[in-house]
Amino acid sequence: MGNTITEKILMAHAGLKKIQPGDLINAKVDIALGNDVTAPIAINEFIKAGGGKVFNKNKIALVLDHFTPNKDINSAQQCKKVREFALKQKITHFYEGGNVGVEHALLPEKGIVLPGDLIIGADSHTCTYGALGAFATGVGSTDLAAAMMTGEIWLKVPQSIKFIIYGKLRKWVSGKDLILNIIGRIGVDGALYQAMEFTGETISRMPMADRFSMANMAIEAGAKNGIFAADAVTKEYVKARAKRDYKTYSSDADAVYTDIIEINAAKIEPQVAFPHLPSNVKGISKAGKVRIDQSLIGSCTNGRIEDLRIAARILKNRKAASHVRLIVVPATPEIYRQSLKEGLLDIFMKAGAIISPPSCGACLGGHLGILAEGEKAVATTNRNFVGRMGHPKSEVYLASPAVAAASAVLGRIASPEEL
Amino acid sequence: MIFKGKVWKFGDNIDTDAIIPARYLTTSDPQELAAYCMEDADPDFVKKMTKGDIILGGENFGCGSSREHAPISIKAAGVSCVIAKSFARIFYRNAFNMGLPIFESKELFDAIQEGKEITVDSSRGTITITESDKIFKIDSIPPFMEELIADGGLMKHIARKREKNHGK
Ligand code: SF4
Repeated sequence: MGNTITEKILMAHAGLKKIQPGDLINAKVDIALGNDVTAPIAINEFIKAGGGKVFNKNKIALVLDHFTPNKDINSAQQCKKVREFALKQKITHFYEGGNVGVEHALLPEKGIVLPGDLIIGADSHTCTYGALGAFATGVGSTDLAAAMMTGEIWLKVPQSIKFIIYGKLRKWVSGKDLILNIIGRIGVDGALYQAMEFTGETISRMPMADRFSMANMAIEAGAKNGIFAADAVTKEYVKARAKRDYKTYSSDADAVYTDIIEINAAKIEPQVAFPHLPSNVKGISKAGKVRIDQSLIGSCTNGRIEDLRIAARILKNRKAASHVRLIVVPATPEIYRQSLKEGLLDIFMKAGAIISPPSCGACLGGHLGILAEGEKAVATTNRNFVGRMGHPKSEVYLASPAVAAASAVLGRIASPEEL
Repeated sequence: MIFKGKVWKFGDNIDTDAIIPARYLTTSDPQELAAYCMEDADPDFVKKMTKGDIILGGENFGCGSSREHAPISIKAAGVSCVIAKSFARIFYRNAFNMGLPIFESKELFDAIQEGKEITVDSSRGTITITESDKIFKIDSIPPFMEELIADGGLMKHIARKREKNHGK
């Protein structure tokens, strides 16, 4: 019997010749990631266990992106702890200050994560890197501490669900809409403990930015990882970035899946996930008239240059409604600079937007755009749980950059078609 | 291990933002985190509960972020263990890695009212409702996970393994 791409990567990293779902394995890690929220706990554990030197200073990434630029004294202390550790251990991939970007946009951009890798991160959206054809999964701080010591991680081999996606995407419909639609179909635990493998002609034509958005939200269906086989599009993306060798894998024709779900993408309109679950999804035509107070375009889901270009196309020569705070967050310094060069920032500012530094910021209700009681926001982020962006009685509606931009202009949740 | 306490019921898909909201993530101090445990699911939880009580969740308990602050705040608040119909996977591994006992039971949730007392006997794999003497089975844990718990969490497990290899 054949193996899935996920099984093959795990097999290679565990040094095994055979593997099947349910097996508990010990696997070698190519990159272990932590941020300013999760790394401090990992560092404490590492020191408590007499950690000494990290297993490999080139295989650890520490990114201070959540409460930065430092929001308050506590967050400054957390960053200081990580910084001191990173400098002492001479960690190669340490990012802060003007070099920092939202981790899951930054690591692929810098070529730190590559196809065929096994990546763990003390951040649930580590699954984003599955877009490259890597096995990437979120773990906790203790896992990160253990991986920094030993270079290994214990994992249960997941079963896989295959999604075959065909048909041409309609205008203004993106990978974000597709993944919201899928989560709406299968629910927030629809892929619990499993791998979500995305294939089909729609995927082959899909640019990397959209693949990242899709893999990013695999966790919102409870999945262990989301994965796309590396193809010509992936290789083109990686070409200028990779500084080490990598390997590509694909699933065997006779690999075993718990489910195969076919989706006609041509039928999907822009999607909106209503509060308070990412699976609470409606097509934009059924969204009704939801007045918004804020529109947030950014995050590890949709803060890439392609996302900002789409938003700019809609916002050009238009203005955000007077009651809407429009916040644009380029996810990395490179994206920021590129937006500046292309004149996108100028378009955003003329539309009345606030341009935020690259940061997680408001996405997790950290800072730089918190909601008050009763306020509603449309956001290109990935979670709309109670209190996610501020007051427990505020609301978050998840959508694509196109919908977030159009909504900012009209002051309510809206499709770009309405402009 | 035996845990005895009152159950506090929460529904399906209790996410990590409800367990410990991100606004408190600028600290990792267990006692500070304990003060806000479950705040966005039930603002009075910490006031109502007593040490040793048990959290009872529905499906997909602990979904969302990877923050270990969630199991830390539950443990530090004095909750003895968490039982749910199912757990989100990162929460599941975090709980084992840091030594918060968690158990899966599909039946208990619908068979008990909030505030009633139960006894969990992990070695016998049973949950007993004190009032009615009704007994429920808990799903068994893979041997490797049992080892983790016996060693007192992942870091201690690794230390023990290292010592063993050293001795060879
Ligand atoms: S942008 Fe949001 S979802 Fe992404 S890593 Fe930051 S806080 Fe998490």
